[in-house]
Amino acid sequence: MPPIPTATDPLLQVRDLRVSFRMDEGTVRAVDGVSFDVFPGQVVGIVGESGCGKSVTMRAILQLIDPPGRITGGEILYRQGATPIDLTRLPPRGRLMRDLRGAEIALIPQEPMAAFSPVHTVGAQIIEAIMLHERCGKGQARAMTVELFRDVGISMAEQRIDAYSWQMSGGLRQRAMIAMALSCKPRLLIADEPTTAIDVTTQAQILALLRELQRKYDTAIIFITHDLGVIAQMANYVVVMYLGRIMEEGPVDEIFHAPLHPYTKALLRSIPSLNSETRTALPVIAGTLPHPFNRPPGCPFHPRCEDILPERCATAVPALHTLAPRRAVSCFLHSELAEPA
Amino acid sequence: MTAPLLDVRGLRKFFPIAKGMLRRVTGHVRAVDDVSFTVQEGEALGLVGESGCGKTTTARCILRAIDPTEGQVLYRTRDDTIVDLAPMSATELGPFRKEIQMIFQDPFGSLNPRMTLFDNVGEPLLVNGMRSRRERMDRVAELLRLVGLRPEFMHRFPHAFSGGQRQRIGIARALATGPRLVVADEPVSALDVSVQAQVLNLLLELQSRLRLTFLFVAHDLSVVRHICDRVAVMYVGQLVELAATDAVFRRPRHPYTAALMRAVPVPDPRVSGTNAILKGEVPSPASPPSGCYFHPRCMFAEERCQREAPTLQEVTPGHFARCHFATELEL
Repeated sequence: MPPIPTATDPLLQVRDLRVSFRMDEGTVRAVDGVSFDVFPGQVVGIVGESGCGKSVTMRAILQLIDPPGRITGGEILYRQGATPIDLTRLPPRGRLMRDLRGAEIALIPQEPMAAFSPVHTVGAQIIEAIMLHERCGKGQARAMTVELFRDVGISMAEQRIDAYSWQMSGGLRQRAMIAMALSCKPRLLIADEPTTAIDVTTQAQILALLRELQRKYDTAIIFITHDLGVIAQMANYVVVMYLGRIMEEGPVDEIFHAPLHPYTKALLRSIPSLNSETRTALPVIAGTLPHPFNRPPGCPFHPRCEDILPERCATAVPALHTLAPRRAVSCFLHSELAEPA
Repeated sequence: MTAPLLDVRGLRKFFPIAKGMLRRVTGHVRAVDDVSFTVQEGEALGLVGESGCGKTTTARCILRAIDPTEGQVLYRTRDDTIVDLAPMSATELGPFRKEIQMIFQDPFGSLNPRMTLFDNVGEPLLVNGMRSRRERMDRVAELLRLVGLRPEFMHRFPHAFSGGQRQRIGIARALATGPRLVVADEPVSALDVSVQAQVLNLLLELQSRLRLTFLFVAHDLSVVRHICDRVAVMYVGQLVELAATDAVFRRPRHPYTAALMRAVPVPDPRVSGTNAILKGEVPSPASPPSGCYFHPRCMFAEERCQREAPTLQEVTPGHFARCHFATELEL
């Protein structure tokens, strides 16, 4: 396991972020007080099931929340130079944000098929991105793109750059997407379930590639996934989310070998692994994910929790309590701290 | 021993490639190329492989959603006669349709959003001649209870349910006609981890309760390991390994199976992933490589593998592998 760099200041600090979607049926608090740090060269994994707010958090960092969604509170501090800038204060369509997006903070989306335009060649789209952010001519940008394609392991780079995304296989498309994300040497890369839509063997190739590139360029990565196997193999630091709140965060080894929150423990138990007993019932998390309009009061996980404290958990919301530097949990079993009502 | 419930022999499905203005057939995609296996009654067989390996096409041929090019799909009926489903016409197939049912991958796309649960789950009953609404309602209520949903949900629409609940609805619909063989095409890959475990447990429970036979199509080996008695691994339209689940996981005999197993990320940060990652991509079934289809990606490939196509040989009793060196390799 790679050591966790802590000597430097964090590159990104998310502080008590809140995002809500106001709709006719009611307000959905998709992200409800999320805080975590990303250090240079570190891979932060965000795990959670659908609807836990992991993708919305990522979109908030990039200022890509569309109405009726709105950032209603908190800060996203991005360190550029000496003083950090609060991204939530920047106009989403303004010059500054547009300069950051793609150049400093890049995104690898989940579905590369939907992310590339089908009517432009893949190369043209990457060249466009490079020319937008770097001072260079088309020929130079093209040469850079070919170089990037080689970097991400695409053979016959000169020919493939003139291909359309639909002419590529899933693995190649994801590689091209990674090439595009890396085109401006970002300091922070957000990978939103980058391997969910592809086969295990291709997934292994893509993960190895990301690890290699991360080491080479010392990029910080926020890795969003629901696959605990992928998290264990990729992340240095893990944030576990449930219904818009952080349940627990800490170094990867502690999350997997000394989990504190009942939700993390239950999640870890429920995964079928290659070593588990065959044809026996898996331990499951009782109940179902509540509908976003029906958020339970108190701790969001309490209706499904095995270790529920009957009086406490249903009435008060546990606050994210810092136990040690870089280790926090929000559960009354570990801290009495509650959110102000 | 009684005959297997399903006996697939020499199944082939070729899709023609048409080119030019005259749509002349210039070649074939050999999606399924000589696949044979059996499934005993009450057994769960896993069909595993990467996308494009022909696992879904095989399943669709068995369901007769598409017509196989060649081969037999022998099915043992309730009165123990063996029939071949492959050459049957739509009318001949009629009586068997309700005995072989399917669970789909996408619980969002496979339910009609404009129909209530009662109509979605009850439609196969109506089609199969259950005219009385009262009777259908009783049966749908029973089915919903069976899959762990409340019968009161019957008059709601699919959009009111989560992914896991929808998959339960899909399972209820597949079970409506009282099938003997259920083909499940990636039934949990679209679901969240915690929900996956619930649905897998439900499938295991239903199987023993209703004595169902499963053909389980999946790419996730850990899921297959959890639910299947035997595993069949496919690569470019062919079976490359077929054996009891325990045997495959204890000692795979084909380098491809071993590579697939290694590719699954281990949910433990202390176990580092191996560096022996499978290189390259799956060859196109329209122009497969010479000799052993796997040789360009195989780290054990020798000159012979390029030249000579291996056959599916029985390495140990009940354990088949399509590799020249199946008995020698330590995988």
